[in-house]
Amino acid sequence: MSSIRSITAATLVKDIRLEWRSRDAINSMLFFSLLVVVIFSFSFDPNAEESRQIAGGLIWVAFLFAAVVALNQTWARELRNQVLDAYRVSPAPASALFIAKALGNFILVSLLEALMAPLFVIFYNLRALGPAWQLIPVAILGTWALVVNGTFFAAMSIRTRSREIMLPLLLFPISIPAVQSMVEATRVILTGDASARFWIVLLLTYDVVFTTACLALFDTILQAE
Amino acid sequence: MKKAFSILAVFSALLLAYATYQALVVAPTERTMGDVQRIFYYHVPCAWTAGCLFCVNLLASIAYLTWKSSKADALAVSAAETGVVFCSVVLVTGPIWARPVWGIWWTWDMRLTTTLVLWLIYVSYLVLRKFSDSAQTPKLAAVLAIFGALDVPLVYFSIWFFRTQHPQPVIGGGGSLDPRMLRVFLINLLAFSFLGAMICWWRFRLEVFQRELDEALALEALLGPDGLPQVSARSRSPLGKSPSATGPA
Amino acid sequence: MNSIHFMWAAYIATWAILGGYLVSIVRRYRRLQREQKDLQGKGFE
Repeated sequence: MSSIRSITAATLVKDIRLEWRSRDAINSMLFFSLLVVVIFSFSFDPNAEESRQIAGGLIWVAFLFAAVVALNQTWARELRNQVLDAYRVSPAPASALFIAKALGNFILVSLLEALMAPLFVIFYNLRALGPAWQLIPVAILGTWALVVNGTFFAAMSIRTRSREIMLPLLLFPISIPAVQSMVEATRVILTGDASARFWIVLLLTYDVVFTTACLALFDTILQAE
Repeated sequence: MKKAFSILAVFSALLLAYATYQALVVAPTERTMGDVQRIFYYHVPCAWTAGCLFCVNLLASIAYLTWKSSKADALAVSAAETGVVFCSVVLVTGPIWARPVWGIWWTWDMRLTTTLVLWLIYVSYLVLRKFSDSAQTPKLAAVLAIFGALDVPLVYFSIWFFRTQHPQPVIGGGGSLDPRMLRVFLINLLAFSFLGAMICWWRFRLEVFQRELDEALALEALLGPDGLPQVSARSRSPLGKSPSATGPA
Repeated sequence: MNSIHFMWAAYIATWAILGGYLVSIVRRYRRLQREQKDLQGKGFE
């Protein structure tokens, strides 16, 4: 068990350190996220009541696109340096690599969200009528839902043609219940109409089911490349 | 096998013709909706058939991951493709039915939405198979099929709760069915199930044929037409000619 | 538009989609048969 933790930690720290040193991926993603927020704000200019109804959908679609940009480069470095071959012959369990990658993506996408969310609040003059603190578990569970499947499908797309488009093609259909839960939960919290409890539980279920599936099947994928 | 297939194919066509006759002529006209309701005899059996085919795909995918059987993988892709075709029929006939009856083309009700999501998942499955060149494509596709299957109950629950929050018209309404209509419905259900099985079987045969041919072509490229390994002229004996080095003219 | 036109539209769409798919299978099958014949013609089976 400690080997999994140490491998995961080592991989994660390495990724963060590499990313922090170059920072080109992060910078371009940040700017992309900002552009998405601005374009959405231009396209949909609702009044206060409308904005509470639709902001959930707009925000999470914007996050989804930003996440795809982040996820697409997940395995690029590994691919360039034949790291995956090294992992295949090492005794390290594949799940350790997967968790490290997923956590790295989670941190990256959460960072993007933390920067985009205040902009949305400003552009749409948002004010939550329901319990605003509930937005935090929604954001955490929702982001993990996108990231865990996204990291997995990014690995599946490595050897396909049109790799960058393959990832969203695979990810979006499977993510539909998760995206719906995030959007509805956000809408319900902002408008204060109903309780977000069901959606949060559904997100939790989604996360548990797919994290288990990804951990169980990642080895199969890794061997397949 | 081939003879059995031809007989069953003809039987399937006849059954479909009989079922259509029943649906168009014999079935009584519905009181409120009129003749448009007859779409029901095509729409629902196709949905049922698509669902069955997707189940076959899931089982074949699991079988492939467990036993690495190439036939299981061929069945998986055949069932997926045929399922997508029947699913497309459902998604086309649904709105055509809904528009004159309820005045709307689309609604996010449970059946239509689940059908749409299934269609999306399986189209992405087929795209993955098409765009992935590696020899491990069957394995990747099988994993995707499992993910899709895990997703469906979650989709169902999320829409179910969404509907309780946003009540919307129910397409394909519930309620009991006139026994004469039920009979026609069951005949069409049988006909479409049969048709689905036949088309899937045909697609399966095509897939197996394709793979056999690919193997033969690969062998030919490796061994040459006379079954001898293709070697370059240089490595041959300097004295003798090299008959197969030039390969097929 | 009379509602019966919708009924015919649905039925025709069904036959078109299913028929189109069947035609594509048959065409692919014929193409494979031709390729197999070419292969046999080269003296290799």
